[in-house]
Amino acid sequence: MIQFDNVNKRYESGQDALGRVSLEIDRAEMVFLTGHSGAGKSTLLKLLTAIERPTRGSIIVGGQNLNRLRNGQIPYYRRNLGIVFQNHQLLFDRSVFENVALPLSVSGCSKREVGRRVRAALDKVGLLHKEKQNPIVLSGGEQQRVGIARAVVNKPALLVADEPTGNLDPKLSEEIMGLFRQFNAVGTTVLIASHDLELIARMRQRVLTLQQGQLIYDGYPSREPAY
Amino acid sequence: MNQRTKPSPARTASPAPERTRSAGAVTARTGVGDRFSSWLDHHREMWKESWVRFFASPMSSSMTALVIAIALALPAALQLGLTNFQKAVAGWDGQPQISVFLHKRAKESAVTSFADDLRGDPLVAEVTYISPEQALAEFQQSSGLGDALLGMDSNPLPAVLLVRPRSSESTSLEALATQLRESALTDSVVLDMAWVQRLANLTALGRRMSLGLAFLLALGVLLVVVNSIRLHIENRRDEILVVKLVGATDAFVRRPFLYTGLVYGLVGGLVAWLLVSIGVWMLAGPVSGLANLYGSGFRLDGPGFTYLVGLAGGAALLGLTGAWLAVARHISAIQPR
Repeated sequence: MIQFDNVNKRYESGQDALGRVSLEIDRAEMVFLTGHSGAGKSTLLKLLTAIERPTRGSIIVGGQNLNRLRNGQIPYYRRNLGIVFQNHQLLFDRSVFENVALPLSVSGCSKREVGRRVRAALDKVGLLHKEKQNPIVLSGGEQQRVGIARAVVNKPALLVADEPTGNLDPKLSEEIMGLFRQFNAVGTTVLIASHDLELIARMRQRVLTLQQGQLIYDGYPSREPAY
Repeated sequence: MNQRTKPSPARTASPAPERTRSAGAVTARTGVGDRFSSWLDHHREMWKESWVRFFASPMSSSMTALVIAIALALPAALQLGLTNFQKAVAGWDGQPQISVFLHKRAKESAVTSFADDLRGDPLVAEVTYISPEQALAEFQQSSGLGDALLGMDSNPLPAVLLVRPRSSESTSLEALATQLRESALTDSVVLDMAWVQRLANLTALGRRMSLGLAFLLALGVLLVVVNSIRLHIENRRDEILVVKLVGATDAFVRRPFLYTGLVYGLVGGLVAWLLVSIGVWMLAGPVSGLANLYGSGFRLDGPGFTYLVGLAGGAALLGLTGAWLAVARHISAIQPR
């Protein structure tokens, strides 16, 4: 599903954010990406979401080479991704329903279909009864669940989350992770960047660890203590 | 029972493409037909939304629209004024004409033969004879001074020959005028070309100037629209970032701003038309009074339907262009980081 081959990323400031990173993630895998802040997690996600382009090396996602992606193709590439942000990035000038509907209206879905899919996504995150509310009145955990509903409403093959539990207490974090696990169970590839090591350990999934732009660990920490 | 489960007849004509799509973890794709109708929907929505946004902040929106309106009303009023002026002096075309005022004692028979001679002249295209009686009647009719003339014992007006030369070249005109002056019957010759030409030139100058003014003010309108659309873009920065991340094309992101520019222009153009109409309405009374004094039936023409369409359409186009300029410059600068 995801293939990084000797990927380098040097920002214009001269800072090397990633150096010679190679990795492979299969379809329907659930993988955690961890490391200290500044280790390159965000850069890796930015490369994956075509916000940044690699300086060297190639990235292939779902058979598509991101190096060859023209600027005009980026929107269409992103429609195959679900992105969950740390600060959920909800728009407070519209209802929960409209927030979740955003990826669908962007890709030109019929009205009927939008209604059906948005309700299905909200139902999955348990917020169907709040569709008419403004996200600003929701709790932090609920807001994050709206963000997740928005990420999955397009039925993406790949779900990418950047610190999805960053501002949540352990119980809510557990809930959110449970959601990701559910999506993974139906075949969605899930990549979650997080520094919550305890939580990651409990999830018993594959972990990638970055340090100073290098991939220093790739494995299952429940079987071999690595850090 | 089957009837009830069927959707509307229009839907049955085209089988719902989304039904046939394969399920699973593949990317959710949308059919072409769906996409087109949703594209239309989005246009309709953005059109509605831009009006909602316009009235959501009535102060700033109406200020912008009013600036556009005033900037467009000025050249439009000038154009309309010139058109009216041309209408008022209609019939005074640019063709030169020589008025030959004859001696009061000239015999009518001599005058007629002189006119006939002139008609045979290769330099002359047309000769019109106006007898003193005709001249008097015309003058009484058109000047409004008829009562004053009635008090006179005799007709003070001479007979006139209106000579229309074949060529309007100044040397041949001068030659013809000299030739006419030499006749014994001639009292005086007036070559009333200069002021007609002056008038035509002045009108042309006025038109040119109003065009130049229109161009400058249109540029001003463009800048006003660019600036307010830029502010709109800044205000909706977060939204732009999010929709770009969920896969919005640039066209999708541009659309609401283009419609906002269009609405600004449209409202500005309509208000401009209203301003010109009010101006005409306010001037109509005094102008027709003045025209009556000169014995003319002239009435001021309002801006009418042509101006309405022209102003609204032109302004909408300006708004759209301004929005496009703003959007082209600022939206590509907003990229997710």
